[in-house]
Amino acid sequence: MNVVVAKTGTGRALGDAFAVARDRLPGKGAISDLRRQAFEAYERMGLPHRRIEDWKYTDLRALMREVLPLAPQPDATALDRAAGTAKAQAIEGVRRLVLVDGVFAPDLSDLAGLQKGLTIRPLRDVLEAGDALSGQAFTADSSNPMIALNAALATDGVVIEVANGTVLTQPLQIVHIASAAAPGAIVTRSLLRLGRDAVATLVESYLAADGATAYQAHDALVVAIGDDARLDHVRLVEDATGAFNISSATVSLGAHAHFNTFGMTTGAHVSRYQLTVAFAGEGSKVETNGVNLINGKQHADTTLLLDHAVPHCDSREIFRAVVDDRAHSVFQGRIIVRPHAQKTDAKMMTRALLLSDEAEADNKPELEIFADDVTCGHGATTGALDENLLFYMRARGLPEKEAQALLIQAFVGEAIETIASDTLREVAIAAARRWLEARA
Amino acid sequence: MSLLEVKDLKVRVDEREILHGLSLSVNPGEVHAIMGPNGSGKSTLSHVIAGKPGYEVTGGQILFRGEDLLEMDPNERAAKGVFLAFQYPVEIPGVTTWNFLHAALNAQRKARGEDEISSPAFLKKVREVAKSLNIPQDMLKRGVNVGFSGGEKKRNEILQMALFEPAVCILDEMDSGLDIDALRIAADGVNALRSPDRAMVVITHYQRLLNYIVPDVVHVMSKGRVVKSGGKELALELEESGYAQFEDAA
Repeated sequence: MNVVVAKTGTGRALGDAFAVARDRLPGKGAISDLRRQAFEAYERMGLPHRRIEDWKYTDLRALMREVLPLAPQPDATALDRAAGTAKAQAIEGVRRLVLVDGVFAPDLSDLAGLQKGLTIRPLRDVLEAGDALSGQAFTADSSNPMIALNAALATDGVVIEVANGTVLTQPLQIVHIASAAAPGAIVTRSLLRLGRDAVATLVESYLAADGATAYQAHDALVVAIGDDARLDHVRLVEDATGAFNISSATVSLGAHAHFNTFGMTTGAHVSRYQLTVAFAGEGSKVETNGVNLINGKQHADTTLLLDHAVPHCDSREIFRAVVDDRAHSVFQGRIIVRPHAQKTDAKMMTRALLLSDEAEADNKPELEIFADDVTCGHGATTGALDENLLFYMRARGLPEKEAQALLIQAFVGEAIETIASDTLREVAIAAARRWLEARA
Repeated sequence: MSLLEVKDLKVRVDEREILHGLSLSVNPGEVHAIMGPNGSGKSTLSHVIAGKPGYEVTGGQILFRGEDLLEMDPNERAAKGVFLAFQYPVEIPGVTTWNFLHAALNAQRKARGEDEISSPAFLKKVREVAKSLNIPQDMLKRGVNVGFSGGEKKRNEILQMALFEPAVCILDEMDSGLDIDALRIAADGVNALRSPDRAMVVITHYQRLLNYIVPDVVHVMSKGRVVKSGGKELALELEESGYAQFEDAA
């Protein structure tokens, strides 16, 4: 078939960049072919724009304009700066796995004394060894241009395996740190496999070292949760204010599995998180919750797809957006209930709080139900802080910003409360407080 | 000098004048009752004293210890010692009564240049006050007024009054929605706070409340003005003859 592709100037530049970068990209043979196909798929589509329904509210052609060439390999100075950031923003009690400018940094990572049943390897090693897991790490939706781009250009990542029956005693944290002063693309891809009856907690943090500003982070996470396994997942986007974070997670669940995920975006100039959850076994449960706290000209998009392909599964979403100044929050949540997925119980509630007249929030919940014996519902509200509550609080002595802060904390608290781990819940609360204090 | 002095106050809401030159002078230790029919401007007066947005003061003054209250934000007024007990206390889901009161008390103390109160000291203080008002501890752990009955909400207002120790308390229709037992508990709480340094302004529609909180001075409001002032016997007189005579007078 002949396809005429109208290439933009930037598309050609990126094509050249891909050709140049190929030597740096791990994986031979099948992986190399896969990368080339993924890049071709991306080139056919290009940067998504508003005329594509899924990207209506997040027009990357307008917001991002181009994909930058890959950031250079971090040198000793870069690693030093990243080490400082990792230390300053460390979460106590977690096992840290650090990626700096898209490269796994063993010296900054905690790899000693791994619990039995836990294996952690850099993606680069897995790909270069031609390991069987390589293919799984690259399972991806090539119809999505940004996920295809990630497959083409991913330089490194973390591959985590938790064996059957292994209950991790310590949360794992993948820390993405951008160190480069010069803007570049940081493309990473990680894989987490939880065996049958395994239990794990994964934190993902996106951070910037001082001076890193207009970088582009493109991360992809591929997760397979086995039968009767449980994964708690917390994702914190604290990128630099000039940065882009265009990421995805693709999660599949076995039977009677449980996936609880919470995402919080306070950082990045433009961010988009595409989470796809596929129910492959009956009796599983998914909670996908999140909070956006954004201001200035920030743009934060959370796009969910929950695919109820089998019967007797439950899904719940609680999403809260707090939008100040001229910021723009987007929540798109699609729930698909396939024809034989009877007894599905799916509920989605999203609320946005606008703190200024120019703030914008777009909520798009969508239900596509093809089964007839299901319980499904969704709701969306957008509003301002209640003036009567504010006056009551001020009449008791609270200055306006403090009164607002208490109400905002309560508003996002409903979503934050769903985090199972006490430590991680406190981390999220602290991040919310920092945002509110910066505002006061 | 009066503690609270309202002079020839004129207030508009949405282009309509509600108060047409109201004057009132309250001294420390006094309890004033303001009575009047619906729509006479009683609640407007309480809102303007507390600083609620949405009211336009077109004339007159409100002085608190000689200072211009209208120049202050609501929170500054609270820190100075002005307290409004709301007719309809709001519910604040997700903010525990506990946290709210602690934050509010510390904000007031900070505004006055005082040290913040520590959690243990605050805890002790709230527990004592709550006990005296028959407020169970678990109510303090819940969201502010969330799921409280009408009586519980009003008791929570009095708890705050006791905690913040204001110089002037404005009680806006404290009796609305209360049965006789709840009213008695609330009134006992208010009476316990009467002191030679503190003044109270009790706004009410009915004389009933004044059997429990006995005022020193009674004012009758009608159509945005005080039309008559007198001793506590004026309230009884109103109970007998109603407000109609004053509506004509206004």
